[in-house]
Amino acid sequence: MNLTRRRLLYLLPAAAIAWDAVLAGTPEAAPNYNMTEHWWGFLIDVTKCIGCGTCVQACKAENNVPDGYYRTWVERYHVADWNFENPVVDSPEGGLHGFPPSDKEGGKNFYVPKMCNHCADSPCTQVCPVGATFISPDGVVLVDKDYCLGCRYCIQACPYGCRFLNPQSNTASKCTLCYHRITKGLTTACCETCPTGTRQLVDLKNPNDPVHKFIETHSVQVLKPQMATQAKAFYYGLDGSVR
Amino acid sequence: MHGIPVEGFMYPNEVELQWSVLIVLYPYITGLVAGAFILASLERVFRVEAVRPTYRLALLTALAFLIVAPMPLQLHLGHPERSFEMYLTPHTSSAMAMFGFVYLWYLMAVLVLEIWLDYRRDIVLLSQSTTGVKRLFYKVLTLGSDNISPQALELDHKLGYIITIIGIPSAFLLHGYVGFIFGSVKANPWWSSPLMPVVFIFSAMVSGIAAVLLVYMALCKLHGEIIDMACVDTIAKYLFYAFVIDFSLEMLDLIHRIYEADESFRSLDFMVHTKLYLPHIVIQIMLGTMMPLALLAVTQVIRLNDAGRRMLYAVAGCLTLIGIFAMRWNVVIGGQLFSKSFLGYTTYKIHLIDREGLLVAIALTILPFFILWALIKLLPPWEDVQGEHLATAYGDD
Repeated sequence: MNLTRRRLLYLLPAAAIAWDAVLAGTPEAAPNYNMTEHWWGFLIDVTKCIGCGTCVQACKAENNVPDGYYRTWVERYHVADWNFENPVVDSPEGGLHGFPPSDKEGGKNFYVPKMCNHCADSPCTQVCPVGATFISPDGVVLVDKDYCLGCRYCIQACPYGCRFLNPQSNTASKCTLCYHRITKGLTTACCETCPTGTRQLVDLKNPNDPVHKFIETHSVQVLKPQMATQAKAFYYGLDGSVR
Repeated sequence: MHGIPVEGFMYPNEVELQWSVLIVLYPYITGLVAGAFILASLERVFRVEAVRPTYRLALLTALAFLIVAPMPLQLHLGHPERSFEMYLTPHTSSAMAMFGFVYLWYLMAVLVLEIWLDYRRDIVLLSQSTTGVKRLFYKVLTLGSDNISPQALELDHKLGYIITIIGIPSAFLLHGYVGFIFGSVKANPWWSSPLMPVVFIFSAMVSGIAAVLLVYMALCKLHGEIIDMACVDTIAKYLFYAFVIDFSLEMLDLIHRIYEADESFRSLDFMVHTKLYLPHIVIQIMLGTMMPLALLAVTQVIRLNDAGRRMLYAVAGCLTLIGIFAMRWNVVIGGQLFSKSFLGYTTYKIHLIDREGLLVAIALTILPFFILWALIKLLPPWEDVQGEHLATAYGDD
């Protein structure tokens, strides 16, 4: 083949695209995973959380979460006496590096990990003008970043503040429940690294899942139940002051 | 992390505001469109003869603003190149998804069609009297329809009437719908209210009427024409009525919130008394609502001479436009300043030079006036040909 300069100019961009695809590799397949057999949820045992921030770090590393934005974070509550209408809450950098010692005396202190509640009636998916965010058949709220307009209506609609606009992709971003992991039989990065077992993935379609059994037999609560979003992040030991 | 001052506790992703001043402009501009159209329809459908001099001007004003309306949205999107997906694959449960359709309906089926029918005779005459490029331009605008016989004009008139009748609910739909985009967000207690669409409609009428009143008076001044006092008196009266309803609805919303005092009340009340005090209490309510209402009331109660009334109308109109802008600001920006945990507040930092910055916002506010100027040049509402037209087309009404 006679490679002229003109032809080379035609070929170079094509080669660059091809090389990009080679570098990206093919996504790992999950051939044995059947979406219809699962209905994912989450259990957070507030009584066990020590506010170490390992979950936030793991999430950031696993999902390449940009600085200053959070797919999960940890809040520290201080409730003086009985006054749970006025808690004092802090979450320095989302609890990424843990918390400094509390200067609050009396009352109670506790940590509350937060993340997307993967609501079954999610207001965020309802408002998306193009359906770029959706609930997967196994109950995970996801965003298609190749389709999202970046209008941010979903961020406004989330009652829990779980979404943000990723400044790299200019699209809405949020917890995916580590979908790339759970479809391969693994648990989420935050559950994997939590040293106290505060965070646990639950399959609400699996009657033999021990976490499912725990939810079935214990008093659990969801955040802001008045929002009627059918949230699937269940909290055990949740104080009335948490919002 | 974002360098934005925060008071109390915000969920970490809430610190940065998502909807900027451009999203303040969007309901402001669509409101002006809806209001201007409703004023135009007063003449056409409700036969309020006094406002006839502003009929065409109101339509052109509505068109100028409607052309600009989607621009702030487009500039705000993270991926503007994907916005056409809203037409191709709209998500039917989304309030926002329908905007494209409502907008297109209003632009093409109502406004452009009505303007074309109303101007058709003028366009045909202009295509005959002009030369060169202008002639070609008007020839194209006739769309090949150059029959201006009395029967044809009668048909234009009838069709225009029907379109205006369809246009009134469409104008309500356009802006009520914008209100619904905010009012239906249950996560946000500052927005979530069934009154929101109604308040938006009436505030739209207020701002649109005020805008046409000001543009009419300004154009008369520029053209050296005499301001038709019967016309401005009537417009001012309608502005006053619409404003009273708008203010009553907003007060109803406020009283309801104060009396119910739900879980969000203390947080919102604190915000209104601190961060929103200037834009909400001072600019929106005192300067932008009570002042113009008082001035308009004065013109209704006290007998003033023409010059005095004109001055009061001009001041009241300007204050009204400032007040309604402040209202949009307080809805959009105010609704993002407090945490959904009701435990803290963030700050809105507006950049001067930015895709969503102050300069862009100012440019987008000025742009409709340039478009209006061009439209007036192309389709003069006050040329002699127009006078004849009115006499022939509406003389028998």
